[in-house]
Amino acid sequence: MSETLIALLIDAAKAAVFVGVLMAWVAYTTFGERRFASFFQDRIGPNRAGPFGFFQPLADGFKFLFKEDFVPKFADRLLYRVAPVASFVPTIVLIGVIPFGPDLVIAGRRIPLQIADPNFGVLYFLAVASFSVYGVIMAGWASNNKYSIMGGMRAAAMMISYEVSLGLAVVGLILVAGSTHMSTIVAQQDTIGGWYIWQQPLGFLLFFIASLAETHRTPFDLPEAEQELIGGYHTEYGSMQLGLFQMGEFAHMVATCTIIVALFLGGWHFPMPAFITGDPNLYALAGAAVFSVKTFVMIFIFIWIRWTVPRFRYDQLMRLGWKVLLPLALANALVTALVILL
Amino acid sequence: MAVRIPKPKHNFSRTMTFWERLWLPASLRGLRVTLKHFFSRNITVEYPREKPEVAPRYRGLHRLKRDEQGRERCTACMLCSYVCPANAIHVVPAHATGPERELYSEERYAAVYEINMLRCIFCGFCEEACPCGAIYMGREWETADRDLDHFIYTKEMLLEPEGTPLEFTE
Repeated sequence: MSETLIALLIDAAKAAVFVGVLMAWVAYTTFGERRFASFFQDRIGPNRAGPFGFFQPLADGFKFLFKEDFVPKFADRLLYRVAPVASFVPTIVLIGVIPFGPDLVIAGRRIPLQIADPNFGVLYFLAVASFSVYGVIMAGWASNNKYSIMGGMRAAAMMISYEVSLGLAVVGLILVAGSTHMSTIVAQQDTIGGWYIWQQPLGFLLFFIASLAETHRTPFDLPEAEQELIGGYHTEYGSMQLGLFQMGEFAHMVATCTIIVALFLGGWHFPMPAFITGDPNLYALAGAAVFSVKTFVMIFIFIWIRWTVPRFRYDQLMRLGWKVLLPLALANALVTALVILL
Repeated sequence: MAVRIPKPKHNFSRTMTFWERLWLPASLRGLRVTLKHFFSRNITVEYPREKPEVAPRYRGLHRLKRDEQGRERCTACMLCSYVCPANAIHVVPAHATGPERELYSEERYAAVYEINMLRCIFCGFCEEACPCGAIYMGREWETADRDLDHFIYTKEMLLEPEGTPLEFTE
C-alpha cells in the first residue's frame, strides 16, 4: 500500500470517528439541555427512558423518524428539502480543524487527533460557521410562511451583526499567538497560566457572546423565538427535517464550545502526572478526556445562560452588536496590536 | 400631623445607569439565582409512583356519614341537591315506617342518593348546606375510570361502611 493511501485511510477513519463522537455529543447535549433545564426550574425532566432517562435521545430520534415527512402545499419544494441539510452539514464540517488531543502513536506512525491542520484554521472556523445561516434563510424562504421568513431574516441580520465581532474578537488572539494554525495555538497554551483567556479576557468575553449569537442560543435566539415566531424558521418543518435542524443547532453549539476551548481555554492542556505524559497514547487519551471535560463545562454554561437570561429585543440586539461589541472588539484588537508592537 | 409617605425604593422611570446598561452584572446575578435552583430540591411529584399529600380539608370524594348508632344521617331534605351549582346531586326521599326505621336517624330518608361525579365541581356547597352533617367531602381524589357509567355514584358507593369511627373535619 502506498504511503498516500494509508494517510488517506487514516484521515477517513479519523473523520468517521470524530463525526460519530460529535453526533453522540449532540444527542446527549439535547438530553443534557432538557435535564439541566428541568434542574434549573426545580423539575426532574425526562427520566423515564432507561436509567436516568439515558435513552431519551434514542427515543427522540425514533420519534422523529416515525413522523410523516410532510411538505406544505405552497412551499418551495427543492429549497424546503435542501434547507435542513444546508444548515446541518456546516456544523459538522466545523470540527474538522479542532485538535482534540496530543498525537497518537500507532505502529510508529504519529496520528494527530485532528482531521486537518490547515494554516488558516481559525479563518476556516469563521468561514464555515457562518454557512449554516444559509440553511436557516432558505428554510424561512421556502416555507412560504410569514413567521418563518421573519425568523430567516432575523437570522441573516444577526449573522451580519455578530460575525464581524466574532471575527474581530479573535484577531487579538491571533496577534498574540502569531498563528492561525489551531494546533499551534493549542500548543502554546501548555500551562494554565498560558491559556489565552488570561491574555485576552475581553476577547474571550466578546467571542463568547458572539458565539451565543452565532449558535442562536438564548439570549440571542431571535430566529426561532417560540413566543413571537412560533418556532421561527422551522415553524413548518416536522419529522426528521426538524430533527436535522435541531441536531444542526446542537452540533453548532458543541462545535463552538470546542472552538472556545481550543482557542481560549488551553485545548487539551491540563497539568497531568508524568506517567501519563510519558506514554504518548495514554497522553492522547487523557488529553482528549480533558478536552471533553472542558467542552462539557462550556456546554453547561451555554445551557445555564439559556435558562437564565431572557431573550433580547430585536433593536437591543442590533444595538449590542453594532454599538457595543464591534467597537470593543476593534479596541481589543488595536490595543493588543499596540502592546505587541511596543 | 402630616402623614409621611415613604419614597419608593426604586425609581423605575429614570434612565438606566451605565453599569446597568452593561447588562453583565445583572446577568451574572441571574446566573447565581438559577445555579442556586439547579442544586435545590425538585418539587416534582412523580405521580403514579409517589402520591401527593392532600390538605386536611381537601375537597375530594363525597362521603355520606352515619351517626353514633350507625344510622344514616341523611334525611333527604334536598338542600344539597338544591344548592348544588352543577345540578350533580339527585335525591329521592322516602319514609321509613316499618322495621327499617332503625336504619335511619329520622323517619324521612333518602331512598336514592346519586352524585354525578362528571358534573360535580367539588365546590363543597353540599357539605356546607347539609343541616344534619350527613355529607362530607373526603380526601379521596383518584376517581379516574374508563366507563362513563361508573361516574354516577350511588348511595351504596358514597355511604360509609357501618362501624366507621365518627370523625368530622369541621
